Amino acid sequence: MGNSRISSSILQAYIARAGLHVVPDAKRCMQCGICSFNCPMHIDVRFYARHGLPNLDSRCLTCGECVARCPRGTLRFERTGPVGKD
Amino acid sequence: MRRYMIIGAGVAGLTAAEVIRRNDPSGEVTLVNDDPHGHYSRPGLGYYLNRTVPERQLFHRSAREIRELRLNYVYGRADALSLDSHRVILQDGRRLAYDRLLLATGARATPPDFPGSELNGLVKLDTLEDARHILKLVRRARPAVVIGGGITALELVEGLHAHGMCVHYFLRGDRFWAKLLDETESRLVEGRLAAEGIRLHYRTQIARALGKRGNLDAVETQADEVIPCRVLGVAMGVCPKTELAQEAGLATDRGVLVNEYLETSAADVFAAGDVAQVRDSCTGQHVVETLWPTARKHGELAGANMAGTRTAYVRELSFNVARVAGLITSMIGSVECGRDPAVLTVTRGGNASRSADMGEISRVRILVGERAIVGALVMGDQALSRPLEHMIRAQADVSSIRPALLRDPEAGVDLIARFYLEEVAH
Repeated sequence: MGNSRISSSILQAYIARAGLHVVPDAKRCMQCGICSFNCPMHIDVRFYARHGLPNLDSRCLTCGECVARCPRGTLRFERTGPVGKD
Repeated sequence: MRRYMIIGAGVAGLTAAEVIRRNDPSGEVTLVNDDPHGHYSRPGLGYYLNRTVPERQLFHRSAREIRELRLNYVYGRADALSLDSHRVILQDGRRLAYDRLLLATGARATPPDFPGSELNGLVKLDTLEDARHILKLVRRARPAVVIGGGITALELVEGLHAHGMCVHYFLRGDRFWAKLLDETESRLVEGRLAAEGIRLHYRTQIARALGKRGNLDAVETQADEVIPCRVLGVAMGVCPKTELAQEAGLATDRGVLVNEYLETSAADVFAAGDVAQVRDSCTGQHVVETLWPTARKHGELAGANMAGTRTAYVRELSFNVARVAGLITSMIGSVECGRDPAVLTVTRGGNASRSADMGEISRVRILVGERAIVGALVMGDQALSRPLEHMIRAQADVSSIRPALLRDPEAGVDLIARFYLEEVAH
């Protein structure tokens, strides 16, 4: 019972993030690598941050680990179009 | 084929190498570096020290990315410059010829000037080697002392604390980072450090470090107090490494003097990063900035100019982000307190005693000039950081809400946020 409630709330969070991508603010990034290290899918988030590109890696779960852990507030969720534009 | 040489593989040197390679695919690029670990994230060292990331995570260019730059990588120390013959002389006697040279030697921690500073146990945090050295010295439950008033000092404090050491943090003045933070913000940071178990000592300076058989075992303060410690972390600011330039007769001041094209006083010699003291075209003054984003910007420009373009460096809006005692802190524009009486200060939050959950604390301080916002500090929740940055960069005219801000400073931050949404956002 407890478990199903937790998983449904996680599911809610994922649904709320449908179509969102992790988007960096490159000038905040100092390449410390905390984002890449904590990515459960082993995506090199730092690479995207360095180049100021939205993370369009299809493996991205939008779990938010990198967003929450970045010590400099570099990463955020944003709705991006198919070519990474607003 | 042009021969480029870069001394130093910090972010300025590596960025310059990347830009040169992009602009001149056939040029020969030599990178001279005396750091045995090559290129890694210097700002990441604090996170390595406090166990947030493992060492391998500091290397932010893959072997493949480095290979693709086709650098001629020389591990060694540049000892002298021969400007007339366009050569760099290495410590081992090798003489390397260049057509264009970039000095990106960086800066080092200002060495302590008190007696006993040669003892084993005094540490700094400039390089990966320094961080590794600290990790060899840390011992659970043993005392350590840290001196210095900025971010690096805090990284040492938090790093030593993360390894279980009992950390005493000496502050020269009455509060933490009084240059940039206001009193509420200083107290907020100090409160969080104290809650972690860090012992703060105000108005405390070291008279001498004491030791036995070459090993540190205590410090004596200028008030004659003796505090035992095994490790003493020193972060009292940095000095640009100008020796090479000075001995070659280049114009130097605090750093190596360069014009807005990052050219030094000698032909074909450029300087970038923490070592460079760059002419600000607006004020005419030469400034040393010692910030990572600035160093990267310098590297980009120096690389492009070495490869043949001629682009002037324009000093951007001052912008820095750091984690201060666990709080993400953005400092945008000028945030120094009480400098200009015409500047109105609007604040919200930051009262540590009113918030039960330390993680929830956030603080916003906005400095409003006659017409536009001139600076802002956002600690904790960063929701307002981007809007404020946008308004400051755009110098958005906020004079229409200034009277309301004066009338009701309590509601000031909300007024500015609403103004952003209604007038600026689209």
